[in-house]
This record gives sequence, C-alpha cells and structure tokens, in this order.
Amino acid sequence: MSIQQTFYEAMREHGITRRSFLKFCSLTAAGLGMGPEFAGKIAHALETKPRTPVIWLHGLECTCCTESFIRSGHPLAADVILSMISLDYDDTIMAAAGHQAEEILEQTVEKYDGNFILACEGNPPLNEDGMYCIQAGKPYIEKLRHMADHCKAIIAWGSCASWGCVQAAKPNPTRAVPIHKVITDKPIIKVPGCPPIAEVMTGVITYMLTFDRFPELDRQGRPKMFYSQRLHDKCYRRPHFDAGQFVERFDDEGARKGYCLYKVGCKGPTTYNACSTVEWNGGLSWPVKSGHGCLGCAEDNFWDRGSFYSAVTNLNVPGGVEATADKVGAVLAGAAAVGVAAHAAASVISHTKDSNKGDSSHE
Amino acid sequence: MSETVTPNGFRLDDSGQRVVVDPICRIEGHLRIEVNLDDSNVIQNAVSTGNMWRGLEVILKGRDPRDAWAFVERICGVCTGVHALSSVRAVEDALGIQIPENANHIRNLMMLAQYTQDHLVHFYHLHALDWVDVVSALDADPKATSVLMQSISSWPKSSPGYFRDIQARVKRFVESGQLGPFSNAYWGSPAYKLPAEANLMAVAHYLEALDFQREIVKIHTIFGGRNPHPNWLVGGMPCSFSLNETGGINMEWLNLVSSIIDRSIEFIDQVYIPDLKAIASFYTEWTYGGGLSSKNLLSYGDFPNVANDWSQENMLLPGGAIIGGDLSTVHEVDVRDPEQIQEFVNHSWYTYPDESKGLHPWDGITEPRFELGPNAKGTKTNIEQLDEGAKYSFVKAPRWRGHAMEVGPLARYVIAYARGEEEIKAQVDGLLRDLGLPLEALFSTLGRTAARGLECSWAAHKMRTVFDNMMANLKAGDTATANMDNWEPDTWPAEARGVGPVEAPRGALGHWIHVKDTRIENYQAVVPTTWNASPRDPEGNIGAYEAALLGTPMANADQPLEILRTLHSFDPCLACSTHVMSPDGEELATVKVR
Repeated sequence: MSIQQTFYEAMREHGITRRSFLKFCSLTAAGLGMGPEFAGKIAHALETKPRTPVIWLHGLECTCCTESFIRSGHPLAADVILSMISLDYDDTIMAAAGHQAEEILEQTVEKYDGNFILACEGNPPLNEDGMYCIQAGKPYIEKLRHMADHCKAIIAWGSCASWGCVQAAKPNPTRAVPIHKVITDKPIIKVPGCPPIAEVMTGVITYMLTFDRFPELDRQGRPKMFYSQRLHDKCYRRPHFDAGQFVERFDDEGARKGYCLYKVGCKGPTTYNACSTVEWNGGLSWPVKSGHGCLGCAEDNFWDRGSFYSAVTNLNVPGGVEATADKVGAVLAGAAAVGVAAHAAASVISHTKDSNKGDSSHE
Repeated sequence: MSETVTPNGFRLDDSGQRVVVDPICRIEGHLRIEVNLDDSNVIQNAVSTGNMWRGLEVILKGRDPRDAWAFVERICGVCTGVHALSSVRAVEDALGIQIPENANHIRNLMMLAQYTQDHLVHFYHLHALDWVDVVSALDADPKATSVLMQSISSWPKSSPGYFRDIQARVKRFVESGQLGPFSNAYWGSPAYKLPAEANLMAVAHYLEALDFQREIVKIHTIFGGRNPHPNWLVGGMPCSFSLNETGGINMEWLNLVSSIIDRSIEFIDQVYIPDLKAIASFYTEWTYGGGLSSKNLLSYGDFPNVANDWSQENMLLPGGAIIGGDLSTVHEVDVRDPEQIQEFVNHSWYTYPDESKGLHPWDGITEPRFELGPNAKGTKTNIEQLDEGAKYSFVKAPRWRGHAMEVGPLARYVIAYARGEEEIKAQVDGLLRDLGLPLEALFSTLGRTAARGLECSWAAHKMRTVFDNMMANLKAGDTATANMDNWEPDTWPAEARGVGPVEAPRGALGHWIHVKDTRIENYQAVVPTTWNASPRDPEGNIGAYEAALLGTPMANADQPLEILRTLHSFDPCLACSTHVMSPDGEELATVKVR
C-alpha cells in the first residue's frame, strides 16, 4: 500500500494537463492574495514534496481522540499537522465552516482520488435512517461511505471507530456500529482505546509515512507494536500480583505501598494496550500507576464486561503468553512462597464469588 | 411567522434570505445554525440545532452507580473529567458519602487544571482564527512584531529572530500549496482588523499554546493516571499519598504539580492575557453578540474550599441567578426544587406525554422523536432548511423558573461581580479600564471571550491556593484520599436520589441520579451547552445562541465569520448537550456482572 504520490502525479493520473495544473497553482496563489511568483513556488512544492492528505471525520464520539492526539510529545501535534501530513479536513480544528468546509471533501475526492488517508473518530449510528448523527443535513454514514469509497486506507481512531464504545454499550439505542461493520472494501487499521495514547496515534501515522505502508497488524486489525501484550504482562505492580500482595480497598495500606489492583477490579490481565510500556502524557504515568485499576478501554465491548470494580475471573486468554494467573503466581513465587500465592489466588476467587453473588441478586 | 417578539424580548423576522451553516467547525460535536438576513445582511432570526444524539443515559439504566462516572466521562473528551465529577458528586449525595479534605483539594486542582487547559485551547485553537488572519502574518515585519510583543509582555520568546523563524515556517507551509486545516477559509476578509504584526504574534502563540497545553493536563495524569479521561472514584480519589512509602503520590510528583502550576500562571499571564487585550483592542467597535447575557445568567457556584460544604459562602467561585439584567439581586438556585430547573421538548426531537409542561431532571423523560416540521425544506435525510415552528434539535430546552439562561465564564463572572467578589471585580474593572470600555461592554461576544481569559488566569492562580491548602493538610497529618465506609452496596439505602452540581469550563452542569436496589433507576444530565444551545420553549422564548446572533451584520452573507465568532465565544460542546433517559421506555438488557 503506497501512500506517497505527489499532487502533480495524482492530477496527471486523472487526465489533468500540466497547463491546468499551473492554472490551479495560480488560482491558489491568487486566492491567498499572493503574486505570480508564489504560484511557481506552489507548483514546485506540489510536484516534488507533497504531504499526504488526511481527511479526519467525526461521527458519534466525544472528541477525546483528537484531544489525546494534540497531547503528543514526540512528534508534537503541530509538527504532524504542519510538516508531515496535510490535515485538509477536521471539523474540530479547521478554520472554514459550512459549505466552505464541505467543499474541501469534494476537492479532495477530485484531486486525490484513491490517495488520501481517511481518519475516522467516532462511529455512525444506523437507527432513524442514520439521522442520530446529522452533518450538513444528511446522515453521517453517507459522508463516511462517500469518503471511504475514494480513500486509500482508513485509520479507525479509538474504541468508537474500532469497536463501538460507549454509545454502543447495551442497549445501543442509536445502533452505533464500528467502521469495519459498514466499510468492508478498504484496508482499516484499528487504534483502540478511549482514548488511544497520544504517542501511539502519532506513532501509527509516522510509521505509515516513513515506511509507506501499514505497520504489521494482528488478526483484529491492531498494530502489533502497540497492542500485542496485556498491560498485566509489563505492569510495574506485577511483582505484587505474583507475591499475592493486593490492594483490598482504595487508599488502604496496600494502596499506599503500590500493591496489585487486581482485587479492586483492574482489567489489566485481559487488556491489550501500550499503557504499561509507553505510558501517558509523555510517559509520566498511567491509570494503574496512579492507583485506579485499568478499565479495559482498548477492548471490544469493555462497557458490558461487568463492573469496573469486580475482579476478572478468567485469565486464561487464548493465544496469550500465560496460562492462568494463579499458576503463574505459583510458579514465579517459587516453592517457598506457594502457600502465599495459593492463598492469594484462593482469596481472589472467593472474593469474586462473593461479589458475583452480591451483584446478581440486584439484577 | 414573518415578524414576532419573543416573551424574553427579542424581535424575530424570518422574511429575509435564509443562510444555513452546517457544520459549524472548531467546536466539539455537530451543530447547525440557520439565520435569516435582512436587506443589509443583518441577522433577524436565528435557529440553533444540535445534530447528534447518543443515548448515554439509557445505557446507564440498571448499572452500578459506582461505575457511572466512567460512562458519563465519555459524554465529552474536550471537557474531560467534568461529567465524571458531576457523577461522583451525585452518587455521593444520594448515598450520603462524605469525602476527605484531600479528595476535595485534588478534585479542585483537577478541575482548575481543566479550566486552565480548556480555556487556553479554546482561545488559540478554536476561537482565535475568527479574529486572526493567518495569511496576513506573512506581511508582518518580524522586528516590529518583536517591539509589539515586548511592549505588552515580559515573555522571553519575543526576539525578531524568533518571529522571523515562525514567519518562515508559515511561509513554507503556505508555499506548499497544501493549507491543511487553514484551507478554504476567510483570509483577507474585511472583517479581520488586526495589523500583520499582531497576526504574526498570535500565530506564534497558536503554536506555543498547542505545545504548552500538554503540560497543564499532567496534573490529571498524576492524580488520575492519564488525560484525556482520568480516573475518579465514588468516595474520594483513587490515588493515595505515599509520603513515606513507595507506591503512591510522593514528594517528586507533588513538586511536579507545583512546577506545572507556576508555569501555567506564567504562560497565561504573559501570553494569553496580553494577546487577549491586544486583539480585543482592535475589535472594540465590534459590539455584537450579547444576547441573553445582559438579561438572564445562571451559575451553580463551585470549588468548595472545605469538603462537603455546599453553601455558596464556601465556594471559591460562588454562583446564583440573575434575572432581567438586575445585578442588584443574585437569586439563590436550588437544584433539588422541582419548580426551578425544568426541561422542555416541544421544539426538541423528543416527546413528552404533555409537551406544554417542563420536567425536573429527577422526573425527566426523554423519548426520541425525530421529525421535521411542515415548513421544513428537503427530505428527512437531506435537510435543506429546518422549520423552527416545530421540532428542530436534539438539544432540549432547559429553563430556570421558566427563563432561558446563559451559562459559562461570562455568566460566572457577572454573577461574581454582582455578588461583590473582590478578586473578580478587580480583574474585570482592570480589563475594562485598560480597554477604555464601560461595564456594559461585557454583554457581548467579546465580553464572553474576555471573561474566559480572565477566568483562565483566575483558575491558574487558584491552583496555587488549593495546592498550598492541600500541602498544609498533609503537613497536619491528614493523608486520606478516599472514604470507603459506604463503598459496599449492602450499606446503601433501598432507594435514594442525588444531584451533583458542577461549574464546568462551559458553564452550569448537573447530573441527577435515582438509585434503587443498588442499581441506577434513572439518570439525567443537564449540561452547559443544553442551556446555551437551547431551542425555543412552549412560550416561544429563544435560547442563548439564538439570542446572541440577532442584530449582527455580516460583511459577506456567504462567509459565516461573524456567526462563528459569536458561537465560538460560547465554546459549544454538542456531544455534551444531547442526552436521553426513558424511565418508561426501552428495557435495558440485563447487565451481566461476572
């Protein structure tokens, strides 16, 4: 999947003559209030060093992906936007509005047909003929389908676009669906998380620009470099799990000693993401490090997997690097500590059973 | 309709040319505006439409109230954390949970950091391009720009070489012919008034602010693990202090928080505030956009100084309501009183059994009904023009004692001013004096933008106060961050109602919860943009956006620059504003808790 093509090459491919191309450059310069010498510079730039056009659409979402994106420390979001890509449409930050904004979509289809990246934040709702998300008077899904038809590849930002996320939690009143459910004929890279880590987002973009292809994806379409391990596998509290040292409730002695958050509901053992390695906001911290269990926000349907404060009971994940947590705990803790680990595992299980009973009685 | 006068005193005339702006960009979410212009291109009618609905509160029904903050935090990632705070407050209120002093301090710090970052990003990245012509910056003399900058601020990045580098970067960008997010905009419009040097200065700070905002949110990362969407906890905060252990918030992280506070104060006071004053000084004649601000304003008040005391006297930023522009009386607001806050839906895409009446959020019903009025143009899935005589928005119409209200920084500042809050008065009077403007000038688009800037500075400085109070509390030996006494559901009453009022950066926010048999029975959020983007109500009162657009002349009917200015001054957030709860509606599938 080659991404880079100069603007001039793209235009020639679509039967535009060099004369028309130069006229386009003059009009662009005039539109900016610039003289003819500027037209020559624009023509030179478009012939030789184009930035990959990116169209960033927003469906049903909360804009946390965009907010996360602008937190990127390396590279800075400003450098991505000004020097690496050409973010030609993103309604959250673009200067134009109304029909001037929507014209850009058609210009992009015309100029860069098959050569732009479609970045999707949020997802389309299908109920009410798609009109739970209206853009320019029409259902968002029409815009999504139209732009997807003409793009080269799709980045599904965040858990909304990748899985459905919060608006798709039961009973999914708007019938919101992830991008891959409605766009089936284009390559899609999923970058899940609510939101994804900033440097993971810019890392995916820079990988694509540098190597001119998608990074290697797992079977679910996620880049392996960020999503191939569970948080638990690299968690800095992991030694406490192995030693059977757990936080029993928030702000107890164990919490102050940085013990494992498994028993207060941490979903790290079943969540594939880069939080425990890349960390957040410039590598400063991440949810588990700050004292709250992982919500599992990069996982499909994490909203409907039980309370965020109920311990996960099945750590036997197919294809994972481990068997079950208590076995690992027993092996790593060694013979002398088997009693402690077994006790810890038993107490985890009995606690979980209790809370299950408590929870189910309320349903 | 043709010509009519609304009960809240606005003349509407829909006989002239109709202009549709959809999407409104540089906001959160999806918003549509339609206006009618007279022969002189002055706006005589305005229609505000929320374009999205996600149904989060239906999704909450039947879930564990301790989980609710995580769901509702995802109402919005721009004002991240504010809904989570409102939610944990509502649950704590319902269950009678008192939080430790440190948890209150940390929550205040996180919200003040949110104000600081959110207001900063709004000014430079969502609003500035309404006033700043990026392309004009190419004509600036870097040396003159340096002189300008040094005349208004002691900020060190002000040399001619610095501005020359920024200008060269902008030039390279423009010469690339790929203008990215600056494509197809309104550069060169006569509505832009800044000299080239001020434009270049603002462009430089657009980039600096985009870089610096990353630092402010690290306060969330330390206490809540990340940003956007940090973690919260019913009963306090999930982080612990470990002053003599290895494993929680220690002296190193506290020092980082302290350093971020100092740098935030410097950036806001040396970059944002001088820019705000410099830009405003070129637009003092652009006096439009006041709308409801000179009439009805609402704030719940926030930032409790002492934990668990909700009296306005305990608030760092006290609230209330102003009605009819009478600044001599600040009315008390009771969020529990069923007669005070009510939502109407007769112009919203929802239905009530009796749409002539409003409902208090604890009794709220929302059943979606998407339908276009008889005078709409186009089709159901290709709307050319809406019919504001019928239902026309996914935003409900909230009212306080029947009045449409404006909320947000300007509302908070005018209310605090009217209450005689010394710090706020000094800030406001100082700004007006510097710009040579009377108090009435506040009631405008520029006033709204100015109040947000002043509040950003206030919030940055207040972080210092709160941090120092927290350190004093730690020094006195109190290190608790969470009260877990009522964590287990068997300690809860069989049925309880709670409310969590918050002043979010965009204005008054409230979550109302009804807990029954340890599960969420009903959940309602009335958010700032619901107030400001409100459609008409059964009486015909128009909301804050609609009112603010009236009377504004447009330089060019085809370029919505003036509409964007006024709407952006509210900092719209549409994902927040559209919500639903249907106590009698769709049955939630059983939530399986493993």
